Amino acid sequence: MSPDPALPRIPARLAGAEPGGAPPPAPPPAPPSAPPPVAARARPAPRPGRILLWTFGLLAILFLLAPVLAVLPLSFSAGSFLHYPLPGLSLRWYADFWNSDFWLPALWNSLRVGAGAALLAGALGTLAAFGLWRGRFRGQAVVMAVLLAPMVVPAIIVAVALLLFFGPLGLTNSFTGLILGHAALGAPFVVVTVLAALQQFDPVQLRAAAACGASPLRAFWRVCLPQIMPGVAAGAVFAFATSLDEVAVALFIAGPAQRTLPRQMFSGLNDSISLTIMAAAMVLVLISGLLLLAVTLLRRAR
Amino acid sequence: MTAQKQGMNRMAEPLVRFEGVRKAYGAAASGYAVQRLDLDVEKGELLTLLGPSGSGKTTTLMLLAGFEMPSEGRILLGGRDIARLPPHKRGIGVVFQSYALFPHMSVAENVAFSLEVRGVPKPERARRVERALSMVRLETFGERRPAQLSGGQQQRIALARAMVFEPPIVLLDEPLGALDKALREEMQYEIRSLHQRLGLTMMYVTHDQQEALTLSDRIAVFEGGRIRQLAPPRRLYEQPENAFVAGFVGENNRLPGTVRSHPEGEGRDRAIRVMLDGGTEVLARPVDAGAPGSRCVVAVRPERVAVAAILASEMGEDALSARLAEVIFQGDHVRLRLSLGDGAEVVAKRPVGGGMMPEPGTLVSVAWDPAHAHAFAAGG
Repeated sequence: MSPDPALPRIPARLAGAEPGGAPPPAPPPAPPSAPPPVAARARPAPRPGRILLWTFGLLAILFLLAPVLAVLPLSFSAGSFLHYPLPGLSLRWYADFWNSDFWLPALWNSLRVGAGAALLAGALGTLAAFGLWRGRFRGQAVVMAVLLAPMVVPAIIVAVALLLFFGPLGLTNSFTGLILGHAALGAPFVVVTVLAALQQFDPVQLRAAAACGASPLRAFWRVCLPQIMPGVAAGAVFAFATSLDEVAVALFIAGPAQRTLPRQMFSGLNDSISLTIMAAAMVLVLISGLLLLAVTLLRRAR
Repeated sequence: MTAQKQGMNRMAEPLVRFEGVRKAYGAAASGYAVQRLDLDVEKGELLTLLGPSGSGKTTTLMLLAGFEMPSEGRILLGGRDIARLPPHKRGIGVVFQSYALFPHMSVAENVAFSLEVRGVPKPERARRVERALSMVRLETFGERRPAQLSGGQQQRIALARAMVFEPPIVLLDEPLGALDKALREEMQYEIRSLHQRLGLTMMYVTHDQQEALTLSDRIAVFEGGRIRQLAPPRRLYEQPENAFVAGFVGENNRLPGTVRSHPEGEGRDRAIRVMLDGGTEVLARPVDAGAPGSRCVVAVRPERVAVAAILASEMGEDALSARLAEVIFQGDHVRLRLSLGDGAEVVAKRPVGGGMMPEPGTLVSVAWDPAHAHAFAAGG
């Protein structure tokens, strides 16, 4: 990337330098240190570097979105098969989704587990981040690594571990177990976003609060927490989204009463390929889109 | 020392007393940030801790606020040892250099916070907040957010927040450090007048000696974790007890020399003879200068240096001859740079319009009242 912006500027500099000799006496039209935007605006045609950037960017987005975009229209199909062209447009699969006792309870389960996991991850992740930010203790890096581990450890490993651990405790086949598992997967996102929010927070304010007579708990609650709330909320939304599309832990921990939407889609694919699954997918995408919007708005609020 | 303030006090007991306080950071081997501090703060006074950075003045303030724990010693507030008490249980007001206002609360909420924490009922809270805001002349600003205020206004809010719960003492940690010069001077008078009107006890940390002289009832000069002198501003300025204080507070000419005699005379007239390295013998008030033969430094304030456009030999035995090197106009005064024969230099200050000014390059004579020349042991 870096040589690109330099290319178009070299001729400009030479042109400016030519009349005066080697060191230009007056400020040349494009001094060597001119920032790229100046050069970009000065030229009528966009620079090749910029074109390249946009091309790659769009290709990357296309790569990420294409499968979703290709499949989702099938949910509006009037036919019963997973192929194009669509025989006609209808909302019958959505109606099916909405009236089914296979899908609808799963949606509610997903939302319930997601909300529970997001709340739990939000609370625990915030406290963990605050402690890591505030304290200076031995093994801080280790604690940090353990907290963030669920982000990198394969979900299946976590799922197996949770199954073996929860089994004797009677937490398998329970909402509690599923929420705990999903909270552990979502907490790292909260830790990361809250740590980022704390970077903006002036710790002297905690001293000021103490000087006003506030106990550490009160100082955290009244002074720190309101200011890092956007970070907490963003982290909780991420945790919710993580829970929403999580399938490995759900497969292992959830009993028939706790089946979540992705879990149901998974078994739905095995049993019978009905296009209702596309409607379910659309619902998930919609929720994810809303969550993404929420995070963006939270960012802007800050 | 406490005699004039006894009236309103139960006893002559100081409000705050540091007793043999030490503070070590990390391993004690790396030295003490504060070493064996004994210090009393009287009720109603404004005591300034003055010193260069790293001298222990801020640590001392933080020890009293409770943000640092002493390694040794006792800190008494109203006779009670608070050295191990967490800061929020001490009930001491603190103003920070960075203001540290709560940005998510309105100005009124900021000021009310300490009252809210103490469970003061809402109507009374509002009344006291209003009074505190009017004390810092910002009564119409209650609804604003701190970010909408200027630096000076923010610091006044911080002051109101630190006073509103009527703490026995308010600590101020370089509160004007972030303000520009004009605003700083205005705020100095404001703090001084608040202190006097309300009879507030204040402990003030600064590295700005001018600020310390303007504000304080007493100044403690810190260096290397100890107090080098504790005195009212005037005494500190005119009778520094050691070369560090003489050099740190105000400007001084420092002339190296050798002690030639034992002290003679009594009281203000007590003086020793010092042979300056330039070869002139002068009289000076001995502070901690050693026995005859030892090295010393004679310190004279620029405003105490008299310059006359006549030869030194005509002026008297203690006059030095010098060449006027430069005249620098500084607005309210003129600085004269004078070089002595041996390359040493003396600076003199003169008010503008103070008579005829010799031309640079002319030979002049320089003299001072021996009572204003202080002889310190060299290397102090």
